[in-house]
Amino acid sequence: MGTENTRTIAVDYLARVEGEGALYVKVRGDHVVDVELRIFEPPRFFEAFLRGRSWLEAPDIAARICGICPVAYQMSAVHAMERIAGVEVGGHLRELRRLLYCGEWIESHVLHIFLLHAPDFLGYPDAMQMAADHKSIVEKGLELKKHGNAIVNLLGGREVHPINVKVGGFYKLPDQYSMRELEDQIKRARDLALDTVRWTSSLEFPGLEIDHELVCNGKAGEYPMNEGRIVSSAGLDIAVDSYDENFIEEQVEHSNALQSRVKGRGAYLTGPLARFNLNFELLHEPVKQAAREAGVVASRNPFQSIVIRALEVFYACEEALRILRDYDAGLPPAVDVDARAGTGYACTEAPRGILYQRFSTDAQGQVTDAKIVPPTSQNQLAIEQDLGALVPQHLDKTDDELTHLCEQAIRNYDPCISCATHFLKLELDRGPADA
Amino acid sequence: MAVKKKLAVFKFASCDGCQLSILDLEDELLTLAQEITIANFAEASRAVLDGPYDLTLIEGSITTPHDFARIRELRDMSKFLVTIGACATAGGIQALRNFADVSEYTRLVYARPDYVETLHKSTPIAEHVPVDFELRGCPVNKHQLLEVISAFIADRKPNISSDSVCVECKRRGTVCIMVAKGTPCLGPLTHSGCNALCPTYDRGCFGCYGPQDNSSPAALTQYWQELGTDPQVMFRLLRNFNPATEPFRSESEKWAPKTPEQ
Repeated sequence: MGTENTRTIAVDYLARVEGEGALYVKVRGDHVVDVELRIFEPPRFFEAFLRGRSWLEAPDIAARICGICPVAYQMSAVHAMERIAGVEVGGHLRELRRLLYCGEWIESHVLHIFLLHAPDFLGYPDAMQMAADHKSIVEKGLELKKHGNAIVNLLGGREVHPINVKVGGFYKLPDQYSMRELEDQIKRARDLALDTVRWTSSLEFPGLEIDHELVCNGKAGEYPMNEGRIVSSAGLDIAVDSYDENFIEEQVEHSNALQSRVKGRGAYLTGPLARFNLNFELLHEPVKQAAREAGVVASRNPFQSIVIRALEVFYACEEALRILRDYDAGLPPAVDVDARAGTGYACTEAPRGILYQRFSTDAQGQVTDAKIVPPTSQNQLAIEQDLGALVPQHLDKTDDELTHLCEQAIRNYDPCISCATHFLKLELDRGPADA
Repeated sequence: MAVKKKLAVFKFASCDGCQLSILDLEDELLTLAQEITIANFAEASRAVLDGPYDLTLIEGSITTPHDFARIRELRDMSKFLVTIGACATAGGIQALRNFADVSEYTRLVYARPDYVETLHKSTPIAEHVPVDFELRGCPVNKHQLLEVISAFIADRKPNISSDSVCVECKRRGTVCIMVAKGTPCLGPLTHSGCNALCPTYDRGCFGCYGPQDNSSPAALTQYWQELGTDPQVMFRLLRNFNPATEPFRSESEKWAPKTPEQ
C-alpha cells in the first residue's frame, strides 16, 4: 500500500485494550511524520454529574468510570474525601485497603499479561486460540487471575464495582475463617506468580529504550499503592495537593483526548515501569531476587513491562500474605467521619498508573467540584513517542507485521480507554488506508 | 458436529466491566470458547469474523449520533441481540445527563466543548432497536451472563429470575437491615441478580440492577419516611445507576430538591 515511499499504518479499532481507540501512523521515507493514538470513547461526564452528589457516594460513582480498575477509583475517592474530613484512616483499615489493592493489581495485571499481552509475543490473535497450543500456560494464568479476584470478592463483595468500600473504611469485615481460606489460596497464587515472572522473562522483547520521565508515588516507606509523594525520574518531588501546579491537561488538535504533561517538560510515563524503577529497593527480597534472575532490573524497555507486571503480581501476593497473617476480624470495620467544607486531593496507584482525584465539598458534604485524571490520559503522549521511535527501526517489516508491532507497543501500557473521564469523540478524518 | 454459533460483543458508552465479566469466567472461559466461535470481541481478540452473528452482546448506552447509527447496523447483522448491564439496558449512570443541561456538562469537563459530539440523552438500546433479552446489573452477574450464553447455545430460554433483591435476601436468610437497623434499602424495588449482596455486607441495596417489574415505589418511600430518612438520601438512592428507568425516574422526581440540581 502507499505511493512511492509513503506508508500508512491504520488500525481502526484497537483490540485487546479496554475501551475504544484507534491508531494512525504515517511514514514518509524512513521518517515517521505523524502518530496519533485516537480515542473515540464517548464522553460520560462523570466530573459534571458528581457535582451535587453526596461525598459518601463518590467512591461508588467514581468506580463506574472503569470496570477493570474500580478499586483504584474507590481508593483515590475515599482518600480525597478523608483528607477533606481531616481524618487519617490508619492501622488495620489502612492495611486492608492495601490488601484490596493487591487483589486488583493481581486480577488486572494477570488479565493483561495472559489474556491481552502474551498473545502478541507468541503470535496469536487472542488467549483462547493461544490456549490451543499453550493450554497449561493459559490455565495457570486464569487460575492466578481467579485468586486475585478472590481477594476483591471477599473484601469488596464482588470483583467488578465492589460494594464494601466506604469513606472511613469498610461496611463489614470478613470473618476470620474466610480470610484464613483466602490466605491458603494466595499461597498458591504466590507460586503461580513466580512461575509467571520466569515465563514472561523468557519471551522475546523488541528493543526499545526511551528515556521517558517516570512518574509515580514514592517516599512512602513501602512499595506505593495508596499514598506517597509524587516523584519522578527527573527529580519531581511534590505533595499530592501540588499536582495541579505541576501537571497540565491539554486538548490538542491532533488527538481527540485530553493529554497530560509535566509542566515545562512534556510527556511522562506512569505505571508498573515507573513504580518498579523508582521504588525497587522497597520490594520484598524474593521479588528483588526474581527481578535480578529475570534480567529486568532498571529496565526502561516498555516491552518488558509484561515482566514488571508479573513481578508486581508476585509482590502483591507476598504483601497480601503479610496482611492476611495479621488479620483480626474483631476490629471495627470503619472509623467515624463527618462532612465538612474543603478540598481534598488523592493520588493512588491504579494497576496502569497514577490516578489523581480532587474533590471540593460544602459543609454538608455535597460535592461542589470534581477533577479526575486517569492513568491512560497521562500515558498517551509516551505511547505516541514510543511508536514514533519504534516504527523507523522496523520499516523492513510488512504492513501487517508493522501494524501488529505497533499494537503490541500500545498494549505495553495496558491502556484503559474507558477510564478516560475526559476522553471524547471528535469527527475524525480516517481516510482510506492508502491515503 | 453442528456448525458452531458465532458470538459478537460490542461496546457503546460504558466502563467495560460487563464484557470483562466474560473474561472473569476463569473456570469456564476455555470451555466456552470451544462451544461457540468468538467472532468479534475487540476487548479479547484481534481476530474479526464478519457478520452476520448468531448472538450479539451489547454493552453500553447510546450517547452519540454515530452510535445511534451503529446500533441499527449491528441489529441488522445479528440473529439474537442481548443487552448486558445497566448502561445498555437502562441508559446507565451517564443517563444522569438526561436531567441536566448537557451543554453545561460539556463546558464543565472540556476546554473545547465545540470538539465534543454528544447527544442530550443517554438511552438504552431497546429505545432504538428490538432487543431479544435484557440482562441487568451494574455490573452484570457473570454467572447469569454465562447462563444467557449457554441457553442460547442450547436453543432454550435463559433461566434468569425476575424476583426482587428483597426476595433474594429472604431466600438467603439475611436479617432485614431495614427492619433490624433502620437502614434505607432499595431491595424491595430492585431486580434480583446480585444475590442480595449489599445487605450481607451490612449495607442497604442501592439499586445496581434497576427496578423490578411490578414494584410499588410509593409504599417503600413512605416506609423510608417513617424511618426518618432524609429526602435527599431517598432522591439519590433512586437516581444513581438506573436513573432514567421507570419507576425510579418518576419516584425520584417526587423527592427532588426544590432548586433543580443533580
